[in-house]
Amino acid sequence: MRSILPVMTVVAAILGFWVMCVVPMNMHLVADQAQRDGLSVAPDTPNARQDFGGVALALKNPHLIPLTYDFVRPRLPSPHQVAGEMYATIFEKKISSKRSLVYHGWVTLAPTLLGFVIGTGLGILLAVGIVYSRVMDRSVMPWAIVSQTIPILALAPMIIVVLGSMGIQGVFPKSIIAAYLSFFPVVVGMVKGLRSPDAMQLDLLRTYNASGSQGFWALRLPASAPYLFASLKIGISASLVGTIVAELPTGARAGFGARMLVGDQYGQPLVSWAALFAAALTAAALVGIFSLIERITLKRMGMATT
Amino acid sequence: MPSPIISARDLDLTFQTADGPVHALKGVSLDIEKGDFVSFIGPSGCGKTTFLRVMADLEQPTGGSLTVNGVSPAQAREARAYGYVFQAAGLYPWRTIGGNIRLPLEIMGYSKAEQADRVARVLELVELAGFERKFPWQLSGGMQQRASIARALAFDADILLMDEPFGALDEIVRDHLNEQLLSLWARTEKTIGFVTHSIPEAVYLSTKIVVMSPRPGRITDVIESPLPRERPLDIRDSPEFLEIAHRVREGLRAGHMDE
Repeated sequence: MRSILPVMTVVAAILGFWVMCVVPMNMHLVADQAQRDGLSVAPDTPNARQDFGGVALALKNPHLIPLTYDFVRPRLPSPHQVAGEMYATIFEKKISSKRSLVYHGWVTLAPTLLGFVIGTGLGILLAVGIVYSRVMDRSVMPWAIVSQTIPILALAPMIIVVLGSMGIQGVFPKSIIAAYLSFFPVVVGMVKGLRSPDAMQLDLLRTYNASGSQGFWALRLPASAPYLFASLKIGISASLVGTIVAELPTGARAGFGARMLVGDQYGQPLVSWAALFAAALTAAALVGIFSLIERITLKRMGMATT
Repeated sequence: MPSPIISARDLDLTFQTADGPVHALKGVSLDIEKGDFVSFIGPSGCGKTTFLRVMADLEQPTGGSLTVNGVSPAQAREARAYGYVFQAAGLYPWRTIGGNIRLPLEIMGYSKAEQADRVARVLELVELAGFERKFPWQLSGGMQQRASIARALAFDADILLMDEPFGALDEIVRDHLNEQLLSLWARTEKTIGFVTHSIPEAVYLSTKIVVMSPRPGRITDVIESPLPRERPLDIRDSPEFLEIAHRVREGLRAGHMDE
């Protein structure tokens, strides 16, 4: 709870910057519209106005400044417009409606969670293999690293198209891309975690003549818990990003990614911005849930760091 | 005369390092009889810990022979012939004290009832009864080290190997633990190998003091202690005690002289 004040300070600073930017960003559009509506604008032709920056134009036409905050199709919407759009599409639409952000949120969340489960499972299996097999250590790890250097934006449409041509559609192709992004932090974290027991702890098990699997279950796996949780928090947000990316270039009709794209293509910036913020809040909520589970689990395991 | 519990003959161990070979042990021969309390003392690099680790089959000698309970160290380890106490307690933070002591018992496949029995008994032995459900972080350093001794005692091996178990503890706690260790030794009749770099500790605890010196690691003196097995703490002011301590110090100095 001590972090509330610093977090709110940063949020306030960002909001302040945003509010400041709204005026110059929208000024030219607002001036054009104001002239069409018969208001006095200086200078009085769009071409002449292009010679001025947004700030200078605002200073020349202070009476137009309030209009920049309520412009219908702004270049940069103001915070209250985004909040209004979010409220309208989250609370005032039926969940089943195609305009409801909750509906689109679930379309994105389902593959996110499925992809996260696949990615985490795969990541843990690979990490166990890497820790216990020298061959896998040498062969898998470099490929895992290379896999993350391929731009996901280039890979996503290919995967969707290939799977689509095989008749696989819906949640699964998006999950694959989410898994593709989320398995990596899990592999890295779990390899580190499974290797975290020191030589003394391994020697101790040796003096008991413990088998490899006993060492895994009694020592390596529990010792990796803090590393796993750190990875899960990165993995779940990567998974959400992966799903949204999978929705962007593939003509998806629903989901946060589709909403962002539709907003851009049809000149409805509010739709894009509302989807963007809804996605960010979803990611924050998911990470928050895992932080909570982490805190409870590590505390019960006597491994809490604070 | 019965055959020794641990018997080393011309034991060599050379580590190959980037800076050339390091002779951790060279020509080490020693017999440890049943019920002995043997201390290994010497400056760092003299091979005392390495010697103990060879007995525990945690290091492989490069020459000579070593038997533990009449068999090779590897066979002795597989037969769980010894309990090993490390310099740090190394308790698993996610297990309670009881859970930590249960660890070797679970690995060795004791029944649940037997586990509970033994945990209660060894906790009593190290005077930690009532702490079974506490987590390691709730205990002081000295108590944690006692718990790790209890863990080494839990499966009733005849041999207890201890590598500077009290090295990280302060003097007062150390005195207390030394006293407890002696009474534990008297009650359990175990054979104990004990690495230390404290002269008073070695003299106070041991029936046999093995003085070692470095480069190459070797034994320079073996002192059979004339002190009685029953030893109150104030025996450390007696002339006999001081005489042995003096001899240990001389042995350590001699090891340094010929460098």
